[in-house]
Amino acid sequence: MDFFHVLVVLLESTIRVSVPLIFAALAGLFTERAGIFDIGLEGKMLGAAFAAGAVAAVTQSVWMGLLAAILISIALSLVHGYASITQRGNQIVSGVAINFIVAGSTVILGEAWFRQGGRTPALGEGARFQTITFPYADSIREIPILGPIYSDLLSGHFILTYVAFAMVPISWWILYRTRFGLRLRAVGENPGAVDTAGISVIWMRYRAVICCGILCGFAGAYLSLAMTAGFVKGMTAGKGYIALAALIFAKWRPFNIMLACLLFGFLDALAIRLQGNPLPLIGQVPVQLMQALPYILTVILLAGFIGKAIPPKAGGVPYVKER
Amino acid sequence: MSTPYAKLPGWAEYGLIPLVNLAVAFLVAGLVVLLVGENPLEAAYHLINGAFGRGEYLGFTLYYATTFIFTGLAVAVAFHAGLFNIGGEGQAYVGGIGVALACLWLDQTMPWFVVFPLAILGSAFFGAAWAFLPGWLQAKRGSHIVITTIMFNFIASSLMVYLLTRVLKPLGSMSPQTRTFAEGGQLPKLDWLLAIFGLDIGTAPFNVSFLLALVAAFCVWLLIWRTKLGYEMRTMGHSPSAARYAGMSESRITVITMMISGALAGMMALNPIMGEQGRMQLDFVQGAGFVGIAVALMGRSHPAGIIPAAVLFGMLYQGGAEISFEMPSISRDMIVIIQGLVILFAGALENMFRPAIARLFAMQSRRSAVVAQTKGA
Repeated sequence: MDFFHVLVVLLESTIRVSVPLIFAALAGLFTERAGIFDIGLEGKMLGAAFAAGAVAAVTQSVWMGLLAAILISIALSLVHGYASITQRGNQIVSGVAINFIVAGSTVILGEAWFRQGGRTPALGEGARFQTITFPYADSIREIPILGPIYSDLLSGHFILTYVAFAMVPISWWILYRTRFGLRLRAVGENPGAVDTAGISVIWMRYRAVICCGILCGFAGAYLSLAMTAGFVKGMTAGKGYIALAALIFAKWRPFNIMLACLLFGFLDALAIRLQGNPLPLIGQVPVQLMQALPYILTVILLAGFIGKAIPPKAGGVPYVKER
Repeated sequence: MSTPYAKLPGWAEYGLIPLVNLAVAFLVAGLVVLLVGENPLEAAYHLINGAFGRGEYLGFTLYYATTFIFTGLAVAVAFHAGLFNIGGEGQAYVGGIGVALACLWLDQTMPWFVVFPLAILGSAFFGAAWAFLPGWLQAKRGSHIVITTIMFNFIASSLMVYLLTRVLKPLGSMSPQTRTFAEGGQLPKLDWLLAIFGLDIGTAPFNVSFLLALVAAFCVWLLIWRTKLGYEMRTMGHSPSAARYAGMSESRITVITMMISGALAGMMALNPIMGEQGRMQLDFVQGAGFVGIAVALMGRSHPAGIIPAAVLFGMLYQGGAEISFEMPSISRDMIVIIQGLVILFAGALENMFRPAIARLFAMQSRRSAVVAQTKGA
């Protein structure tokens, strides 16, 4: 029973830490499927988290915070889009640039506006997301097995958590069952063919980049409005890169992304749990190994030792219309 | 890839366009300063004064520049072969192991000029080793080098935390760092070099690894433009299919290029470890690997451009510290913004102003042609 209890706690924290990963990885899915590499996920998420924290603190409204997060994230996406679609610049360079600009400016602006060492003020009740408790969650907690699963694992999360998991099938539906999705994927595989069909590659890619911005906005808002009450400098702490790893690990497919994010989230939760507790059979596992595991797994996958990850064919290549 | 832009004279291509891009980056940074409610001109004054105003300041500027020359060269070498080595950060971090091992082994018995060459070899070896795997994976297994090097940055960071907290830390010490090296593990300062110009180095850690950086820059120039390997690298960078058609082994060039790049990044570790701290600490790289990207882009991947670009960033790091001292609302994070803006404007948006400049040149040449014609008549 004790083991079961530990497992439920572990899975609950897994869900909590994987939500921003899911949002960000799905965001990356949209751009990369449209043929634009995006290592700026980290920066967009951080910028969105800052905008959410700052606006929610000023307006005392969580929804204004969310809106600001999405707008800022879209704006940053459009900068990336302008550089990599219109100016045909190097997409990786542009992503790196965005990460730096955001990392610096969130601290500078935060310090200038709020004077709390790069933080935004702690948010009160109405200015951040509250957990949602399902009906009867308290009364059926005592039922063995199913009780804790319902009351602790399924109930008691933020609304954004449910949105994140809902976005997985929605993204799948958009990408695989709509005309927009078909064209988006085609733009990432063979833009020339799409252009021949009379569809603007440029506009298609811009729309993909905007989708990415919206989802990164959710990821950032979750960090500063739900997971913690306010923005802390550098709070994404590499989550954007883990999301990127998850995206590749999932071979650019929506449902795999959810599983990859849950796996990486689980490793994260486990690493915290195992700190100082030796494992049976293996003995003490260094925390650092657990932290590095998502990256190591992604490298092994990329090397083709666990299946083969084939990126979208036109990824990273700016489209030049024949002249 | 065909360039859809008109060809410009060399001085415009390598001088004017980077300068215009840089100027725009600084203008945008100035806007951020305005947004914070401070005077950008005053900030610029503190920046330049803080970087060059005194011998000590200049020493710090050149100390930072040393670091950035190494990481900038590392990125540039990979650029020439069409590879984007974003893992300089991790390679420099792991390169620190080589420096630390050489110092811990010999610092008490040998003078610095015996330890230094060993530390150079050690740092280059460990840096190259850390770049070998991503290179090999790209060459043989087709995994994307950008993604693997990013992953290797994180793996390196975990590995180094592990090593510094468990293996390299002296017994009984609480802080995650090696013991402080004896005299043999510390590099002499270049105070005499500044003294020639009548400047006093003060406490600045400007040391002999600067000279090594200059030598490395020269060697990179030799390698890229004067050797067969360099020719192959540039060929592959311009057109992989041409390289393949000419019988060059793509995988060999990829792996060797990445190892050279990693070795250069690894040698960066000499500067902070042996030159300043006298021990290896957590996070001694402090983002220098990423600054290398900006430096290489600014310097157009040419050693002659990389050195001034590295000095520019050294100026930002040193002068930026001075700004934050004089103007408390502008912390050192301002440097990070400027760095990002330089990467954006000199890298991703490098072609933004090219059409306008090309049009200006076209107008100019047309006018002079007209003048020549009328004179002829």
